[in-house]
Amino acid sequence: MRAPGVWTVLAPKCRGVVAGWLRDGEIGSAALFAALALGFWGIVFGAAWRVLHYLSGLEMGPLLAQKILDAMLVGFASILVLSNLIAALSTFFLARDLDLLVAAPLNWFRLYVSKLVETAVHASWMIVLVALPVFAAYGVAFHGGPLFVPVALAGLMPFLILPAVVGSALMLVLVNVFPARRTRDLLGVVAIAAAGGLVLMVRVVRPELLFQPGGMGQITSSLQALHVPAGPFMPTRWLSDMLMNWLGRVADPLPVVLLYTTAAAFIIMGGWLHGRLFRSGYSLAREGAERFGANSVGSRAAAILLRGVPTARREFLLKDLRLFFRDPTQWGQLILVVLLVAVYVINVRSLPIFSHGRAPLFLVTLIVFLNLGLSGFVLAAIAARFVFPAISLEGRQMWLLRSAPVDPRSLFRSKFWMTAVPLTLLGAVITLVTDLMLRASAFMMFVSIGTIILFTLAATALALTFGTYYPRFGSENAAQIPSSFGGVAFMMSAVSLLGLIITIEAVPVAGYLRARQFGDTFGLSPSVGAALAGVLVLCVATTIGSLRLGVRRMEELEP
Amino acid sequence: MIQLTRLVKQFGRFTAVDRLTLTVPAGTLYGFLGPNGAGKTTTMRMIAGILRPTAGSIEIGGIETWRQPQAIKAMIGYIPDRPFVYDKLTGAEFLRFVAALYGQEGAAVERRMDELLELFELGPWRDEVTGSYSHGMRQKLVIASAFVHRPRLIVVDEPMVGLDPVGARVLKDLFRAFVRRGGTVLMSTHTLEVAELMCDRIAIIARGRIVAEGTMPELRAETASGNESLEDIFLRLTGARPPHALDAVLDA
Repeated sequence: MRAPGVWTVLAPKCRGVVAGWLRDGEIGSAALFAALALGFWGIVFGAAWRVLHYLSGLEMGPLLAQKILDAMLVGFASILVLSNLIAALSTFFLARDLDLLVAAPLNWFRLYVSKLVETAVHASWMIVLVALPVFAAYGVAFHGGPLFVPVALAGLMPFLILPAVVGSALMLVLVNVFPARRTRDLLGVVAIAAAGGLVLMVRVVRPELLFQPGGMGQITSSLQALHVPAGPFMPTRWLSDMLMNWLGRVADPLPVVLLYTTAAAFIIMGGWLHGRLFRSGYSLAREGAERFGANSVGSRAAAILLRGVPTARREFLLKDLRLFFRDPTQWGQLILVVLLVAVYVINVRSLPIFSHGRAPLFLVTLIVFLNLGLSGFVLAAIAARFVFPAISLEGRQMWLLRSAPVDPRSLFRSKFWMTAVPLTLLGAVITLVTDLMLRASAFMMFVSIGTIILFTLAATALALTFGTYYPRFGSENAAQIPSSFGGVAFMMSAVSLLGLIITIEAVPVAGYLRARQFGDTFGLSPSVGAALAGVLVLCVATTIGSLRLGVRRMEELEP
Repeated sequence: MIQLTRLVKQFGRFTAVDRLTLTVPAGTLYGFLGPNGAGKTTTMRMIAGILRPTAGSIEIGGIETWRQPQAIKAMIGYIPDRPFVYDKLTGAEFLRFVAALYGQEGAAVERRMDELLELFELGPWRDEVTGSYSHGMRQKLVIASAFVHRPRLIVVDEPMVGLDPVGARVLKDLFRAFVRRGGTVLMSTHTLEVAELMCDRIAIIARGRIVAEGTMPELRAETASGNESLEDIFLRLTGARPPHALDAVLDA
């Protein structure tokens, strides 16, 4: 009898993913997806190349470029540890195939490696998606040649394995340490620890130094002052050394050797730990019975608050709220989103742009405008995480909704408003608070808050509609739904929409800056009016068009 | 109560239900039998309004389903073959949610929920999340949910799977009592003894088409099978694997 290998375990999942993509991605969708992917990569590549091209002309350029690379890789590494930790809980302890695999005569090390690969893929694909165009920009700006991107990817592979081993080992220990507690308590500990680590990291890096007034010259000196925790023992440093060595034509194999040998050693150590702790952890993870009182304070408060709402809609809302707050994979990430937003606001507050209570108008306006783009991106990511899976999460219970006398259109609209209202409020509050901190002018406040409200409504409608067209009814974990074909396509559409809005709004913002610079009065000229009306029409059309398509699809949906 | 006329359902190029015509009289417990993949579940899901027929028509109580879907659905209690419920809701919350989907709430619903939970011996678990229920307990909960809004027609797919002997007995008694009060039950099952014992009429479906229909004496007469059991009639109509083929597989 031939012992089952790693590929035997991974093959059904790989084939499932490929079949899912082929099924979802019919020719039209595949073309749209390809166009969106190219657009997204183009935007990231363009922005990265612009900065690196400027730096490549400076004497200190390569050093500063490495500092940026170090900072980016440290950011990637912290996100990767966290996302691997969350993914490991699903793949190692909650996945549906585990009973079958644990009962099979499968070598424990092979089981470990296959689950490790699965965890790493789930947790890292988005990082790879962002890293690729940035690496390409480094290659072009510093003349790395056509082999630079493949070389960078080869360096990235062991770099991705390290946080996967660390994340899954941490989860293995946590599951064994907290056996009697519920999984959600466990994730609470994880979320708080991660938040602490994140705040610490942001305070160490101090990215606000990049925004000191004084133009590009000042920015380069700020870059020099940037503290990145990238010592000689950090894998982030090995990867950045490997890439910069290639770009600088330095023949030093040490970083490559360090990356690969450390990854191999980590896998062996992780495998050893897995061999010792997995069986007990797996058994303990299944012993924690869940109890949620029907009369809990939250449940009662929500029921009282929604008393005036019609019966079906109220119970539907209550059901969604209960499912959300009782599912650790849902609210665990909500805590992280809240913390990320808090860190973001703290950093805006720390921006050293005000000297003696005054700040250059150009810089403030630029940052308010950049802030708009960043807030929009964060809101699109939140929509991908929480709105896109809304229909998929009805999943196997869709039989109930379809056999009950409930109009699928009202179900769809209810889902829209339930997610759009809190998301729009969140967007408006973040923008208002950061605008107030930046002492933005009334015009910039009007533009940024108006835009964020319109964009959030459009992004929510898009997310829900993409989720209805590409549902994942059989998904094991809500956190994995956004990484499906539809989720990625939504994210790219939302980012493209945001890019279009910002491009259109650059016209009135530039006009406003010119007028303020030369002391002219700034009024509603035809070009300003057309640009603002264009954004309004674009967002409203996206919202209404998406909702109509979504409602139509909802009626046709056959679970 | 139910009138299916030349009903067709295709999934891509595969025809699951092929010009199926069937009449289920009101006040009967009607058995719907067939081998795996014969089209039973697809037909029942179309009757429940979950799937849209490719062709043909479905009338419930004289009303075409796709004309007034909400009114038709309000009359039906559907019990699917697999009891998927929201894992993070308690049993009581799930029943309250289902009642609300049918526009019902208040003290009367709470009383009915308690009665149904007690009937299926789920009372002690009413405030536990269904994620901690066994398969049989979930099955009981789904059956209870189909009765919570007082339907006129029950469409039930494989109700006995996972039920303990007490639960199975309660269910049989419940269906008979429901039919005695004028209700109609359309039940698919693979437990042929149950079907033979309980059902007023039986239809056998194979490859998406009805191959036999009637009361037990009518089925025996139709297939000229003397005093044969329903199992023998079913195997003869649907085709069974000959014993020597089983030996070949086991000895291989």
